[in-house]
Amino acid sequence: MNVLGKVIALGVLGVMAACTNNDPSAIGGGAGGNGSIVPGSPSDPRSPAYFQQSVGDRVLFEVDQSTLTPQAQTVLQGQADWLLANTDFVATIEGHADEQGTREYNLALGARRANAAREFLISRGVAGNRLTTVSYGKERPIEICSTEECYSKNRRAVTVLTGSTLG
Amino acid sequence: MIRFLTSLLLGLTILAAPVHAQSGPLRLELDQGIIEPLPFAVPNFVPDGPAATQYANDISRVVAADLTGTGLFREISSDAFISRVSSFDAPVQFADWKAINAEALVTGAVNVSGKRLTVRFRVWDVFSGQELGNGLQFSGTTDGWRRMAHKVADQVYSRVTGEGGYFDSRVAFVSESGPKNQRLKRLAIMDYDGANVQFLTDSSAIVLAPRFSPTGDRLLYTSYETGQPRIYVLDVDRVKRTELKTQDGTMSFSPRFSPDGRSIVYSLIQGGNTDLWKMDLASGQSVRLTNTPAIETAPSYSPDGSQIVFESDRSGTPQLYIMPANGGEATRISFGQGRYGTPVWSPRGDLIAFTKQNKGRFHIGVMRTDGSEERLLTSSFLDEGPTWSPNGRVIMFTRESQGASGRATLYSVDISGRNLRPVRTPDGGSDPSWGPLQK
Repeated sequence: MNVLGKVIALGVLGVMAACTNNDPSAIGGGAGGNGSIVPGSPSDPRSPAYFQQSVGDRVLFEVDQSTLTPQAQTVLQGQADWLLANTDFVATIEGHADEQGTREYNLALGARRANAAREFLISRGVAGNRLTTVSYGKERPIEICSTEECYSKNRRAVTVLTGSTLG
Repeated sequence: MIRFLTSLLLGLTILAAPVHAQSGPLRLELDQGIIEPLPFAVPNFVPDGPAATQYANDISRVVAADLTGTGLFREISSDAFISRVSSFDAPVQFADWKAINAEALVTGAVNVSGKRLTVRFRVWDVFSGQELGNGLQFSGTTDGWRRMAHKVADQVYSRVTGEGGYFDSRVAFVSESGPKNQRLKRLAIMDYDGANVQFLTDSSAIVLAPRFSPTGDRLLYTSYETGQPRIYVLDVDRVKRTELKTQDGTMSFSPRFSPDGRSIVYSLIQGGNTDLWKMDLASGQSVRLTNTPAIETAPSYSPDGSQIVFESDRSGTPQLYIMPANGGEATRISFGQGRYGTPVWSPRGDLIAFTKQNKGRFHIGVMRTDGSEERLLTSSFLDEGPTWSPNGRVIMFTRESQGASGRATLYSVDISGRNLRPVRTPDGGSDPSWGPLQK
């Protein structure tokens, strides 16, 4: 998950840039002015870490499916709310598949999954030009066992914050 | 390696016609269901001086390994030999080779003069006491000795079977290292038998599925170096790559050359949907070949370039279809149980190799182009991605083992389903593409 690590670091830089732009008032709860909350930490509701851990950065799919389950829709609604409140972030949605299936088919399936998540976010008001997609197929599993327990976690679409639109 | 390939001046000379220049009766009919491999002997080729000794031994061993590796031949150990071949031109003592049951005998001689190496050889039908075909000699630089050995073995193979050989060929593949969740992938190329591995990319970006051009001079592959999967073409000798631009903001993958090498067919993802497109390489212009909400991928041309076989889930599960090369109505050809993918048209045109997934197992199989006579050649936790030997006789593919320590390995199998064997690579290996016979 090297890629993810780098991307989050970028996102943090985005927040820090926003802070040095003297824009703490944009934060609903005034988190920037609250000394007990470390900007960029998981306790900062404007941070990518918060997005990842508290909102939930990923949704899971059934075998060979790209339709969004009710649980997935709940998570994505939270992502949409967060993205609408934090308009200085853009995101790349990564689509993934488990290792069952050929390399080519899984690449196409991962793209379907990423697109399903993107379309949902757009339907909830997030601007399409803030959301790109990429498919990794079965190239980047997070779990490496060859049972359904692992497969179910690998069939995923992960929304990765990729920085600020506010330069 | 690159220097060797461009500087290897492979000369071919027919030796003076021997007494019996016509083919003898020895013939291995490959379509008759061979059970018993044909016993043969390759006494070490005769060196013409100390400088040639090692080459003569090594070349003889590679010739024998090529033949044995087909599963169609069985080498008789030199321990059993009665005759010693100490002169290439001396008469063959056929009785001595009959006595140890050698049906085919390969004799040869090696000359080394500076950096120039010359191999002469003859193939004998022991039981009729006749030579099979003409004696030949190959010349080249000494560092190309393996290629000369493969050329000798190709000659032996084709004289005994009546079919083209495949030993003097290369395989492009993805070299894999590291655990499943942090796998590093590099594009690599090697001789068909795993020798002379050369890396073509570093491991900084995921690379997938190299595909040889019809003449073997270029490779298509997919790389994530921009962050998105995109198609590149690589000049093999210069190791120089160029991105093949498709529409902005799209992902492209699964490319394959047309038989004339002038265009490619590939998958393009737009708005989450994967369709097939064709690109003219000279102009860079692409045209759409399929337009459905289904996944269409893994295209492969028929050898005459008139049709494309591909994988689509338009029926609900991935199945194989054939359509005209410029698009149009597609005909489904796979109807067995399970899911079918990665179809590849054989170089002979008569068969399509594919990956099949059924009841939790993966198989490599072949079927006729109308979908009939499906035969599964392998079965494992995960087999995929077949590629054909230049003569359409052998299939190489990826086998991935199960679990947290799972590893990808290249395997080959005869189209009879026999002779399943791993292909040695320095690390893990996947996505093989078998190139043409070299010139």
